[in-house]
Amino acid sequence: MTPYLIFVLKRFGQFLLVVFLGVTITFFVTHLTPIDPVEESIGAITQMGQSDPNAIELMRQSLRELYGMQGSIWEQYLHFWLRLATGDLGPSLSAFPTPVSTIILRSLPWTIGLMTVSTLITFVLGNAIGALAGYYRKDMVLKAVSLVFIAMLPIPYYILAFVLLIVFGFIWPVLPINGGYEMNANLDLSFALVLDILKHSILPALSLILVGAGSWLIGMRALVSNIITDDYVVFAELGGVPKGKILRSYIARNAMVPQFTGLAMSLGAIFNGTVITEIVFGYPGIGNLLIEAVHAGDYSLVLGLSALSIVGVAAAVFIIDVLSPLIDPRIKVE
Amino acid sequence: MFTIIRDLARQNMEFLCGLLLFAVIVGLVILSYFSPYGATDIYLLPPDMPPDGEYWLGTTSRGQDVFWQLTIGLRNTLYFGIGVAFLSRIISLVVGLVAGYAGGAVDRVLMAINDSVMVIPQFPLLILFYFVLKDNMTWVALIVIMASLGWSYDARLIRSVALGLKSRPFTTQSVYSGMTMRKILVEEHLPYVLPIVFATTMNNMIWSIGMEITLSVLGFTDIETPTMGMMIYWANAHSALISGIWWWVAAPVAVIVILFLALFLLSMSMNEYNDPRSRLNRMGN
Repeated sequence: MTPYLIFVLKRFGQFLLVVFLGVTITFFVTHLTPIDPVEESIGAITQMGQSDPNAIELMRQSLRELYGMQGSIWEQYLHFWLRLATGDLGPSLSAFPTPVSTIILRSLPWTIGLMTVSTLITFVLGNAIGALAGYYRKDMVLKAVSLVFIAMLPIPYYILAFVLLIVFGFIWPVLPINGGYEMNANLDLSFALVLDILKHSILPALSLILVGAGSWLIGMRALVSNIITDDYVVFAELGGVPKGKILRSYIARNAMVPQFTGLAMSLGAIFNGTVITEIVFGYPGIGNLLIEAVHAGDYSLVLGLSALSIVGVAAAVFIIDVLSPLIDPRIKVE
Repeated sequence: MFTIIRDLARQNMEFLCGLLLFAVIVGLVILSYFSPYGATDIYLLPPDMPPDGEYWLGTTSRGQDVFWQLTIGLRNTLYFGIGVAFLSRIISLVVGLVAGYAGGAVDRVLMAINDSVMVIPQFPLLILFYFVLKDNMTWVALIVIMASLGWSYDARLIRSVALGLKSRPFTTQSVYSGMTMRKILVEEHLPYVLPIVFATTMNNMIWSIGMEITLSVLGFTDIETPTMGMMIYWANAHSALISGIWWWVAAPVAVIVILFLALFLLSMSMNEYNDPRSRLNRMGN
């Protein structure tokens, strides 16, 4: 086996471990509690007037079967894995009998779209400004821009989003502050709809970018200011290589490599950010869905969303980890 | 310890600013013990009074004095952050030092768990805990949950330092003089990683307090205990901004920003102090 293949297998083992731990935590947290979703649903139904004890017992049986809650906790645990593997997450409680997977699939594209685009913009913007600020250390404009981004870093996400909401929603109302598209929009694929969706995504994306760019900027600036004292950069400067070329080909390329590895690490945090963004801006992704599910007490939907987010983040980290040795020859794969 | 603080305050503007801002926070927290009103008392004062001489920061729609409510909320928020930081520091120290020193299979197992915790999305998990615990979601429970999520990154950092310490002659010497592993880790290695622990404490507090505020604002914590997030939660619940009671929202937001700037500046300057290269850079200027 080549060293790279061994490396990929090892990382795959790590991926499986993360999924195993995450799903196990999710399962046991939800099962070792006083809340019984079956009794809760029965309670909800009996309140509506149904009171025949035989019918209720029958209902209890079928609900237990639906939620995969028969047998001992270990049987249920095994059963949960089997269902997860086949993508069957059971029916949703609040939108019975729509399967949880259907509901999640409806919201997932919104989250993935918002997340990918804003992560890429954040990554490029933060690193570009960081590289420039690290190379041209005396430039006042770059200093000011970096300061603004760094000052936004420590502010809790919710507070920053709130400020954006007040500024663009009330003081200078130019952008839509809620939802993913116009309420009465025609959902056929058209240019107007795309434009509308883009317009609705500006504020959520902007808030993610403002929060995220600062940490990339700090990292890149530190990396660049370490590299500029390296012999090969000093040599290139003495040899009269144009400054732009030094920055692009000599410094930025080497500094980018650890940043790519950092991209994997940040993915978990990005998911946290999207959940809050979606709540604040009422964006129709899975973050919003999660909150609605919590409020509606939709047990299977919450369980499904948590399991999905763990698998999704672990998979994204795995892919970036496996790709990083291809980008960076210095990462040892053995 | 004291000399380090004095040196830092003299040479490092960021540290001094952070320290001053933090002093404001500590001052407010101390004041909270002199609050004339109980932490959860409501409808004691005329509601919706704008800031003036009698009520310095106005009153809320729930008839509370914003200023005193603020000090009590800040106290709870700060203690929460310190609690999470303290607990998670212990976990990260144990895991980091043991993994770095023991190496081999112990290291691999610990780091596999460490990396798994690092990528698990925390926010959905915290919501899940709330969903399950509901009324049992006390502050102690939240502190324990947050602490068990927030140690992994720093454990890796500590491990990397411990790896370096392991190959130093003094460690070998300790082994030959018959010290146990526990003794070596506590007496020999711990002092070397403490400066890093202090810097990461600030970062951990920023993370945990930020998370607490977000959860509270959404109503996903114990809503009886006043904290910074809870203040905003109640203000939102009474649509304070729409009805023009801006001081109810502005006061906690301002204090939160001060708190986070203080912690951020302290952590940044301490990181710089820990890194000899940037420390030399600063002295050279």
